[in-house]
Amino acid sequence: MENHNANAHNAHGGSMKSYVIGFLFSIILTIIPLVVVMNDMLSKTATTVLILIMAILQFAVQLIFFMHIRDEEKPRFNLMALIFGLVILLTIVAGSIWIMTYNAVAS
Amino acid sequence: MAHAVSTPAGAHGGHGAGHGGGHHDDHHDQESLKTFGFWLFLITDVILFGTLFATYVVLRLNTDGGPTGAELLEMNGIIISTFILLTSSFTSGIAVLEMNKGNKRGLILWLAITAVLGASFVFLEVNEFMHLVHEGANIGTSAYWSAFFVLVGTHGLHVSVGLVWMVALILQLSRRGITPVTKRKVSIISLYWHFLDVVWIFVFSIVYLMGVM
Amino acid sequence: MLDKIKEFASEFFVTGDPLILGAQVSIGLSMVAIIFVLTFFKKWRWLWTEWLTSVDHKKIGIMYIIASILMLFRGGVDALLMRVQLAAPELEFLVPEHYNQIFTTHGVIMILFMAMPLMFGLFNIVVPLQIGARDVAFPFLNSLSFWMFFFGAMLFNVSFIIGGSPDAGWLAYPPLSELSGSPGLGQDFYIWGIQISGIGSLATGINFVVTILKMRAPGMKLMQMPMFVWSVLSSCITIMFAFPILTVTLFLLFIDRYLGAHFFTLDGGGNPMMYINLIWMWGHPEVYIVILPAFGIFSEVVSAFSKKKLFGYKSMVFALMSISFFSFFTWAHHFFTMGSGANVNAFFALTTMLIAIPTGVKVFNWLFTMYRGRIKFTTPMMWTIAFIPCFVVGGMTGVLLSVAPADFQFHNSYFLIAHFHQVLIGGVVFGYFAGLYYWWPKMFGFRLHEGLGKWAFWFWNIGFYVCFMPQYALGLMGMTRRFNAYDFDMGWQPLNVVSTVGAFLMGIAFIFQVWQIAHSIKFYKKEKDGDAWDGRTLEWSIPSPAPLYNFARLPQVTSQDEWWEEKQRIANGQPAKPLVPLEPIHMPKNSGIPFIMSLCWFTAGFGFVWDWLWMAIPGLIGVAICMLVRSFSYDTDYYIPVDEIERTEAALRGTK
Repeated sequence: MENHNANAHNAHGGSMKSYVIGFLFSIILTIIPLVVVMNDMLSKTATTVLILIMAILQFAVQLIFFMHIRDEEKPRFNLMALIFGLVILLTIVAGSIWIMTYNAVAS
Repeated sequence: MAHAVSTPAGAHGGHGAGHGGGHHDDHHDQESLKTFGFWLFLITDVILFGTLFATYVVLRLNTDGGPTGAELLEMNGIIISTFILLTSSFTSGIAVLEMNKGNKRGLILWLAITAVLGASFVFLEVNEFMHLVHEGANIGTSAYWSAFFVLVGTHGLHVSVGLVWMVALILQLSRRGITPVTKRKVSIISLYWHFLDVVWIFVFSIVYLMGVM
Repeated sequence: MLDKIKEFASEFFVTGDPLILGAQVSIGLSMVAIIFVLTFFKKWRWLWTEWLTSVDHKKIGIMYIIASILMLFRGGVDALLMRVQLAAPELEFLVPEHYNQIFTTHGVIMILFMAMPLMFGLFNIVVPLQIGARDVAFPFLNSLSFWMFFFGAMLFNVSFIIGGSPDAGWLAYPPLSELSGSPGLGQDFYIWGIQISGIGSLATGINFVVTILKMRAPGMKLMQMPMFVWSVLSSCITIMFAFPILTVTLFLLFIDRYLGAHFFTLDGGGNPMMYINLIWMWGHPEVYIVILPAFGIFSEVVSAFSKKKLFGYKSMVFALMSISFFSFFTWAHHFFTMGSGANVNAFFALTTMLIAIPTGVKVFNWLFTMYRGRIKFTTPMMWTIAFIPCFVVGGMTGVLLSVAPADFQFHNSYFLIAHFHQVLIGGVVFGYFAGLYYWWPKMFGFRLHEGLGKWAFWFWNIGFYVCFMPQYALGLMGMTRRFNAYDFDMGWQPLNVVSTVGAFLMGIAFIFQVWQIAHSIKFYKKEKDGDAWDGRTLEWSIPSPAPLYNFARLPQVTSQDEWWEEKQRIANGQPAKPLVPLEPIHMPKNSGIPFIMSLCWFTAGFGFVWDWLWMAIPGLIGVAICMLVRSFSYDTDYYIPVDEIERTEAALRGTK
């Protein structure tokens, strides 16, 4: 029984290689925006966009290399739940910003 | 099921579908159900943090004439804690690899390393908060600082809860070894840990990097 | 010493109002009576082992329903008090502050502590039986959810006699709900009561999503699930994404009040409008959370009593799921008047109108299911038929409200009050009554008296229209909500009197229902077999009430309406499915931890309300200990042996 389980688990999922690649990616993706911000290398809008892109890429790296989202078997309920969650997350943040723009209190 | 995300296809058909109803299979189904349930819990946690981020973004300019983030935030400590947390996400992954090899000592060792890294992260965060309060920014200073402390603090609280849980799990592992149940628990906590790392990336990007730029 | 105690008691208990004093005395007396009865009949142990520690979904469901009916009573009394106050101009039956408390608690209780648990009760009882499962995915968590709800509700209700009730409206808009506007304890009871029960609701949402997706009987495809199960799935998905928002919003309000933060205050850069934005992001999906399962119930009932397959199964599934999705994109229509700009209002007006479309689709599906069916007018069916016109009118007044410019006239008037009561009573309450009558024989193994049920039905329906139709007119005449008194020269009295009469007709209807239940218990007649209504879905294939393990053999599902098809096959002379040999059944053990842990939450919440850290901190420590104890216990399940199953089945099905 124990063997059977162990095999089933190794069949899909992480290897040392995937964890190391993921780790390297996440360090690089953290350093890029950090260097740009600390040295004022880009305009404000460009920096904001860069920071967000790097953060989203890093999220993808963690999902793929650490959480192995690609290994899920069909039907992919985990992925569906995640996508729905992200849509709602975006709605909450973007919706709040949009609605509150007119109602902002002067600082 | 090296990681929580994937669930055996058999679970779809429900309990005992097709297989002889052996005790171990029942257990196996139970564990995969719990992993799926935990994944859904993490999604609800995404919404929880999303709401906090929305509040932070809306209130970020409302400093009420008081100190701003750009004036008080110290990036050096934050950079260190960011790399600590990134590394701990990696080490929790190695713990899972050790578990899949069936190496109990390796598993406990890497979990312990992860916990130590997590504890240093919390320590640095508490230090940062004390520094900020000393500089005259506390939760009641202005809407900006309220949003800052609650968003960053909620993440810190999640890490602290994870620490207690990890210690409890190490105790259970040393007592019971690697079984289907402890296996599922390790998978879940490492998933939780990766998730907290992702949340921190966004805290780091939106609160700190954008705050000081 | 005595003076100190007196002083403390006068702060601790709510004093000075004869109504409340009466309530305190009667609550005290009934507590003593309950304790006496339990002790006298030596029922404490039975209560603990059979109910309080039970992880059986059927028992948890029954406890939900009992709690929700008690809450319906309290919320109903609140409503009647309000209607009495408004029956005549300038009446001084309730002082303004008492009136504020009553409309606040009426709203909170009816939505969160009546509709939600009634809904969860039906989920618990019906869903595992309909999908051919032996329990929900996480029975322990299920028990925890119930006790979190229960103690949350108790914490909220205790404010009535201890400390003072909340009085800032059911959604507690700041700055009124901030410390500056509500320095009393009522608002803290509100926050903690809802917070604790909200965690329970969130857990139930996750639990049922997993149950439905992963625990269906062998062979049952998603598109073969009964429509009620689909509606539960859509409702639970909505819970999963909406309730965390509520948790955060209330938490931020608590931080404002307790630690002096400035999220929603008027000073310190806070923005009260952000609270309104956040709370409706939860609040709007919340109304769909409670209405979607009602749609599922109507679908089951219509098809069972028309003796026809549900018309448009796929379009119904599509409608349920799209409502669940779009419910997250309409929230700003609750505050068109806040002034978020023309684009925001236009966008949310459009999404609101859009969501009416799938709802309309469903109405046609029910009508076409009835078309040329052999309709039997039983009580569940009568509630369903009454629902359709009521909900259509309520829905259309909703579309009127969604027109943003017009909403500036309707906003917070009695027009709005009439609209949401029409969809909530006409939709949710009628729906859950239909479900309660429909599944009652399955829950308890006997039927409810139909005649008394019909009396209750007519009183409810006539009372409803008499009560709320005048309120549309009152709204257009300019009467706004939350008024405790109005002038003689407004000309509002006649319609208000009519409305009050209607409210009391509904009160009488409730008495008829209580009488109906008591009568049916007194003249108890056991159901002969489990199939009370010649039903179509799996829950009718097993004895009533269902045995602990539900299904001795897990059913093999090949089609939608499996039980009906099976009966047709047998009637046509085809052989029944071969019986597979029985196997030991894997079941979860009972546990006292959910009860104790929720009690610890209650203690912590009560401590925070009074700012007694000596009470709050041990409460939280208790919660942590409960979690750790659970984590360390591995002996949580057992097997029912085959011979025990055989004995139970023989006894239930009348020995063969």
